[in-house]
Amino acid sequence: MPLAKPTVTQIQELAARYPSKQSAIIPALWAVQHEQGYVTDAAMSEIAQHLGLPPSLIEATASFYSMFLTRPEGRHDVVICVNAPCMLRGADEMAAYLERQLGVRDGATTSDGAITWHSTIECLGACGGAPMMQVDHRFEENLTPERIDAIIERLRTDPLPGPPHKGEGVEAPTPNKGEDVAQPKKPARPRARKN
Amino acid sequence: MGIKPLLTKDFATENLKQLAVYEKTGGYTGFKKALEMQPDALVDLVKASGLRGRGGAGFPTGNKWSFLPKGMYPRYLVCNADESEPGCFKDRYLMENSPHQVLEGILIASYAIGCNLAFIYIRGEYLPQTEALEAAIDEARQAGYLGKNVLGKGYDLDVILHRGAGAYICGEETAMLTSLEGYRGEPRLKPPFPAVKGLYGKPTVVNNVETVCNLPHIVLNGADWFKAIGTPTGSGTRLWCMSGHVNRPGNYEMENGTPIRELIEEHGGGVWKNRKLKAFQPGGASMMVLLPEHLDVGLDFDAIAKAGSLAGAGAMVVMDETTCMVDAARRYVKFFEHESCGKCTPCREGTYWMANIFDRFEGGEAKVGDIDLLLDIGYNIDGRSFCPLGDASTWFPRSVIKFFRDEFQEHISEKGCPFKKSVQEAVA
Ligand SMILES: Cc1cc2nc3c(=O)[nH]c(=O)nc-3n(C[C@H](O)[C@H](O)[C@H](O)COP(=O)(O)O)c2cc1C
Ligand code: SF4
Ligand code: FES
Repeated sequence: MPLAKPTVTQIQELAARYPSKQSAIIPALWAVQHEQGYVTDAAMSEIAQHLGLPPSLIEATASFYSMFLTRPEGRHDVVICVNAPCMLRGADEMAAYLERQLGVRDGATTSDGAITWHSTIECLGACGGAPMMQVDHRFEENLTPERIDAIIERLRTDPLPGPPHKGEGVEAPTPNKGEDVAQPKKPARPRARKN
Repeated sequence: MGIKPLLTKDFATENLKQLAVYEKTGGYTGFKKALEMQPDALVDLVKASGLRGRGGAGFPTGNKWSFLPKGMYPRYLVCNADESEPGCFKDRYLMENSPHQVLEGILIASYAIGCNLAFIYIRGEYLPQTEALEAAIDEARQAGYLGKNVLGKGYDLDVILHRGAGAYICGEETAMLTSLEGYRGEPRLKPPFPAVKGLYGKPTVVNNVETVCNLPHIVLNGADWFKAIGTPTGSGTRLWCMSGHVNRPGNYEMENGTPIRELIEEHGGGVWKNRKLKAFQPGGASMMVLLPEHLDVGLDFDAIAKAGSLAGAGAMVVMDETTCMVDAARRYVKFFEHESCGKCTPCREGTYWMANIFDRFEGGEAKVGDIDLLLDIGYNIDGRSFCPLGDASTWFPRSVIKFFRDEFQEHISEKGCPFKKSVQEAVA
């Protein structure tokens, strides 16, 4: 799917804004993810073309950052933090509850395509309201099972996708429906060796 | 001593995010005053105020500014809004409540160092905060605080808000610059320091969000006023992000030097569920654990360092008597394993092996030699890593082994966690 015109314009503007057009790579990746919901190889080639840089450079950068998605996900994005400060206030219990209510494993998308969820060890910056989840990039703090139920209900019945793929008039990406298979989580950074 | 709102004093004001409201609380008068001063005089003022960086290392801000080589232009200012240290959520609070205060601080710093293009590097997860800053930048531009010929004073300044994409290491200043240049966010060798050779190879200052938020107040009220707050080597206040087992978690702006006891017991309402305090951790995931006997230590860089930990980025993680210290350390180690950028071997491999061994403790498979193995690996990472992330990954676990070695032993003898109540049981 070629990039939409406004996205291309945005990338060109970004390239002109920074002292070096290479600095526009990450903002350009955001623009693409905003439009298409995730970042494909084809999209990275297009970014390369517009910035006048080799595609390998775009890929090298994109693969370093854990927030760039490489495959379609559900309409809504739920992340629950299980680092120590959240763990102290019951994050594991909330993650287990969430998993049970959604009926899919960590990293997977619900069969109606509504929600992709995963747990994270990255502190999301809301430890003061732990246990917490990030729902379409907004914090939901002081979780209880009842609050989780209400959030899930809201997301399931909301036909529109939330950010990072919230683009105006952009259709919700269709995830692999009905599959309760944990999608392999992208490793944060490819490593030299991992045994 | 005690609660002392300087940066947060107007946070109860409705719509403080809006320029007009911010101006009504005295906003941008600090910047206007700064514009009447010579840049060098501003640097001297900040030096004299004793302001130290709030991003973690506590380096004197004015000194950092004065390291910029004379006559070398362009120069850049990068405001570090990457806040990702587990336990920290203060920069977020400053940005979402008063984005103009952050911006005003950036304007003052930029003018002082002679920078015409400043950057804010904000972590990708902070979307509402990004939107708040974006709106503030637009408003400031329209009001003439930004752009060509700022307020008619012949000074040009633009600010670019740059969104990261999920990498803790990009909070480290050299990795941040590499990331800002569009590469994988790996740290660079120091020296040369960013002040000499930073962004695009040009002289660059990196300052934390909370650090720059102090500037309007220092410019308005003077160095002596600021020095009179806090301790002799730690002027001013800090935002402490309290989390974990306290009754009232949240952000508290405290005068430097206030006893930790006051923060936890008085403002935090003490340990929750009428339980006893077991340990606490200032500074965030990287920093060493402290014990109830350290409660009378002051909230201050130097005092906390003397007590055997570090104030870091101002987190206060409180742990009650039911906390499994092994599991707490395990989470942090897994965090560092996840966030290691992979550039150097001690950190990349060491954090991986530490995480593996911690999983053995959790899973009841740890062997008698594993405690010393952890210490040995820690010893081989600390001081041998390319950047402080590797070193710091060992500090909390090693301090926990020092004070709570018996808990590790119990995990071995009881073949699993003696504290763990079953997760299923809790949610059923
Ligand atoms: C691994 C690592 C992560 C860091 N993360 C941050 C951060 O998220 N925010 C921040 O302001 N400083 C962070 N720092 C400190 C910065 O390198 C730098 O010292 C700081 O931004 C300088 O600003 P200051 O002088 O105003 O404190 C980090 C340092 C390291 C080693
Ligand atoms: S210490 Fe860790 S984070 Fe720092 S350069 Fe080495 S691998 Fe990267
Ligand atoms: S540890 Fe979970 S948000 Fe900070």
